[in-house]
Amino acid sequence: MDAHAILEIIWFLLIAVLILGYFILDGFDLGAGLLYPFIAKDEKEKKFVRRAIGPLWDGNEVWLLTAGGALFAAFAPAYATSFSGFYLAIMLVLFGLIFRAIALEFRGIDKKWSKFWDAAFFVGSFLPALLFGAAIGNIIEGVALAGAGDNIVLASGFTAVAGDYVGGFFSLLNPFALLCAVLGLVTFVTLGAAWIALKAPVGSAIHQRAVKARSIFNIIEILCFALVSVFFFLFVLPTFEGRDGMLFAYVFAVVLVVGWIVARLFINKGNDLLAFITGNAVPVGLVGITAASLFPNLIPAADNPEGAITYFLLPGADIVADSLTIFNSGNSELCLTAMLIITCIGLPLVLAYHVIIYRTFRGRIDMDEQIEY
Amino acid sequence: MELLTDVAFLSRLQFALTVIFHFLFVPLSIGLGLFVAVSETRYYRSKDPKDKAATKFWAKLFTTTFIIGVATGITMEFSFGTNWANYSRFVGDIFGAPLAAEALLAFFLESVFLGIVLFAREKISAKLYLVSAWLVWIGSALSALWILIANSWMQTPAGYAVVPDGSKAEITDFWAAALNPSTVARYLHTVDSLLILGSFVVIAVGAYYLLRKKNIDFGKKFLKMGLVVGSITVVAMLPFAHMQAVVVAEEQPAKLAAMEGQWEDGPADMAFFGWVDEANGTTTALTLPGLTSWLATGDANAIYPGLNTVENGPVDLSAYASKVDSYPGGIPPVNLTFQAYHIMIILWGAMILWLIFGWLVLKKETLQKNKFLLYLLVFAPLVPFIAIQAGWMVAEIGRQPWVVYGLLLTDDAISYAVSSVEILITIVLFVVFYLILFVGWLRIVLKQIKVGPIVEEADAAPKVTAAAEGGE
Repeated sequence: MDAHAILEIIWFLLIAVLILGYFILDGFDLGAGLLYPFIAKDEKEKKFVRRAIGPLWDGNEVWLLTAGGALFAAFAPAYATSFSGFYLAIMLVLFGLIFRAIALEFRGIDKKWSKFWDAAFFVGSFLPALLFGAAIGNIIEGVALAGAGDNIVLASGFTAVAGDYVGGFFSLLNPFALLCAVLGLVTFVTLGAAWIALKAPVGSAIHQRAVKARSIFNIIEILCFALVSVFFFLFVLPTFEGRDGMLFAYVFAVVLVVGWIVARLFINKGNDLLAFITGNAVPVGLVGITAASLFPNLIPAADNPEGAITYFLLPGADIVADSLTIFNSGNSELCLTAMLIITCIGLPLVLAYHVIIYRTFRGRIDMDEQIEY
Repeated sequence: MELLTDVAFLSRLQFALTVIFHFLFVPLSIGLGLFVAVSETRYYRSKDPKDKAATKFWAKLFTTTFIIGVATGITMEFSFGTNWANYSRFVGDIFGAPLAAEALLAFFLESVFLGIVLFAREKISAKLYLVSAWLVWIGSALSALWILIANSWMQTPAGYAVVPDGSKAEITDFWAAALNPSTVARYLHTVDSLLILGSFVVIAVGAYYLLRKKNIDFGKKFLKMGLVVGSITVVAMLPFAHMQAVVVAEEQPAKLAAMEGQWEDGPADMAFFGWVDEANGTTTALTLPGLTSWLATGDANAIYPGLNTVENGPVDLSAYASKVDSYPGGIPPVNLTFQAYHIMIILWGAMILWLIFGWLVLKKETLQKNKFLLYLLVFAPLVPFIAIQAGWMVAEIGRQPWVVYGLLLTDDAISYAVSSVEILITIVLFVVFYLILFVGWLRIVLKQIKVGPIVEEADAAPKVTAAAEGGE
C-alpha cells in the first residue's frame, strides 16, 4: 500500500471522528431543542434549557463545519456529489441550523417575538436531527450515480458528469432511509434528555421530567435500532458489493448494545453523569457501523436493478455506476499531507478549548441565577 | 423568462444574495469584536465599572451580529458543494484545505471563547476573561485570513498544476498557493476596511447618545475611541489599497481595464467618475492620464491592454506592463465594475470628511449640540458599509467570466444535479428567511443601542469607595 492510500484511509477515519464529535457534542443540544417545547413548562424552565446549552452549542456546531470542510479538503468529489445530489435536503438542514442558532441568541433578548423564536428553535433542531439520519441511511444503501459516459440528462438540462447523483429527490425518501431518520431523531432526543437531567437541579420538576423522558426514549432508541437492523439484514445487506469493513460494523454493533445496557443500568440507578456519558455509546456505535459498512466507499453507487434499492430512477439511470471510494476520489497526496499537518496542530488546540469550556460550565445550573439569555 | 431556467444565472444570483447578506454582518462583527477586546482591556486596567458596562454593551451588539454571521456563513460553506459541484471537483484539492483550516483553527477559537465571554464573567479570573475577549477577536481575524486565502487563490491562482485530462487542479506547492500573489494585499485591505466599519459604528453610537442627551459620558468616550481607531485605519487604507491595486494591475488584465473603463491599449488612466457605454465600447470620464500606470509601475507611460484586446483571447501579454504572460480572454460587465470601483474610492474620500466632522464635534463643546452634524455622524456607518460592498463587487464581478481567474469559467462551475426549479425554491426561501432575520436583528440592535451601557449598581457602589480611598 502506498503513502497516498494510507493517507486516504487516515482521512476516512478522521472524517468519521469529526462526524462522531459532532454527533456526541451537538447531539445533546439538538436533543435539548427537540424536547424544549414539551419539557419546559414555564418561562423559567425554558430559560434553563437554553442556558444548559447556551455557552456550548456554537462550538459544538463547528464540528459539523469542520467535518464538511474536511470532506471537501480530502475527498472533493464526494463532497460535490453529496451536497449537490441531496440539494433540497441539505438546504432544509441549513435553514434549520440558521434559525436554531439565531433563535437561541435572540430568544432571551427579544421578548416581543418570543413565540416565534421558540418555534424556530424547535423546528431548527428538528430538521437537522431528522435529515442527518435520512442522509446516512441513503448513503449506506448506495444511491444512483452517473458513471463515465452514461449520458444521463438531468432535470437541469445538463448531462450528468461522472459521479453526479441522478436519483432525484423522492428516491431519497425510501423506507430504510426513513427508518434511519427516526433512529437518528430518537437518539438525539435521548441524548438531550440525558443532558437536561445532568444540568437540572436535582428534585426540580424539569429534572423529573427529563429523567422520565430519558428512560422512555432510551427504550425507544434500542427498539428503533433493532428495527433498522432487521430491515438492514433483510433488504440492504444482500445488495452490498465491495464493502470491505463489514466485520468492524458487527464489532461496533456489539459496542452499541453493550454500551446501551450499561447506560440503562445507570439510568435505572439514577446516576445522571454516568448515564449521559455511557449513553454516548449509541452515537459511537452508529457512526462506527456507518463508517465500517461503507469502507472503502464514501458514496456507494446503488447496484440496480439487481440490488433493487434505488426505488425511483430517472429514465436511463438503471446502471451500475462507479461508486465514489476513498481511493478514486481522494485529493492529492500533498493536499492530504498538508491537511494532516494542519490537523495535528489544530485538533489538540480544539480539544484543549473543549476542556476549558466544559470545565468552566460544569455542574448543575442554578435556575434562579440572574443572567440574560 | 429565459433567465429563470438558467441554472448558472440562478446559482450566481443565489450566491450573490447570500454572500452579500452574510457580508453585511461579518464586517460589523469583526470590526466590533476589536472594540469588545479594547473595552475589556481598559476595564482590566481601570477596574472602572463604566468600562465594564461598555464591554458588556459592545459584547451584546457583537453577539447579536456575530451570530447572524455564523449562521449565514454555513450557507457559504455548503454552497460550494450544493450549487458549485463542478467547481468543487475542479478546485477541491486546493480550495477545501483553507475552509477546513478555517473551521479547525478559527471557528472553534471564536465560538468557544465567545461562550466564555458571554457566560463566565463571574466564573473565571479577570485575566482569563480578558484573554478570552481577545481570543474571540483573534479567532474572527484568523477566519478572515483563511477565507481570503481561498478567495485570493481564485483571483490569482498559484502553486498548482492542472492534471493532464484537464478535469481538476492539483496543489503542487502549499505555501505558493496559500501566499499567492494577492493574499497579503487583499487580507490587509479587507481587515482594515472591517475595522473602519467597526469604528464608524462606534462613532455613530457615540453621536447618538449626544443627540439624545443620554449616556453623555459614554457618548463622548465612544466618539473618541471610534475617531482614534477610525482615523488610523482610514489613513492605513491608502498603502493597503495601493498594494491591492498593484496586484490587480500585475495579475488581472481584464479586471484592471474594466475598473478604469479602458478600451484601447495604452497607459492606464485614473478616472474620478464617469460612465461606460458598453454597447459602443466607449468611456466618458474625468481622468488623470497615466496615473494608474504610474501608481502601479512608477512609469506613467507603462502600457496596459485595453478591453478590446483582452475580450477575445488568448492574448499574449509579454509586450505589456502586466506581470502575467498571457490571458485566455473574456471581460466582466464593464460599467458595473467601473462604477463599483469609483464609488468605493469616492466613499473613502467621504470617510475623511466624516472623520473631520467627528473630530470637530468631539473638540468643540458648542458643536455637540449641533443636531445636523450629529445626525450625519449617526449615519456614518453607511459610508464604509457601502464602500465594502462596492469593493467586493469589484473583486468578484471584475473577475468574471472566470470563477478561477483564467482557469475555470463560472458557467462551467455549477452543479448539474440541481435543477432551476430547486434553485428558484431556495432563492425564495432565502429571501423570505433572510428578511425575517434582518428585521429581527435590526429591532434588537436598535433596542440594545437605545438602552445603552448599564453600570450595575452592585459594581458601582464598592468600587467608587475604593477609588475614593485611593485618593483619586
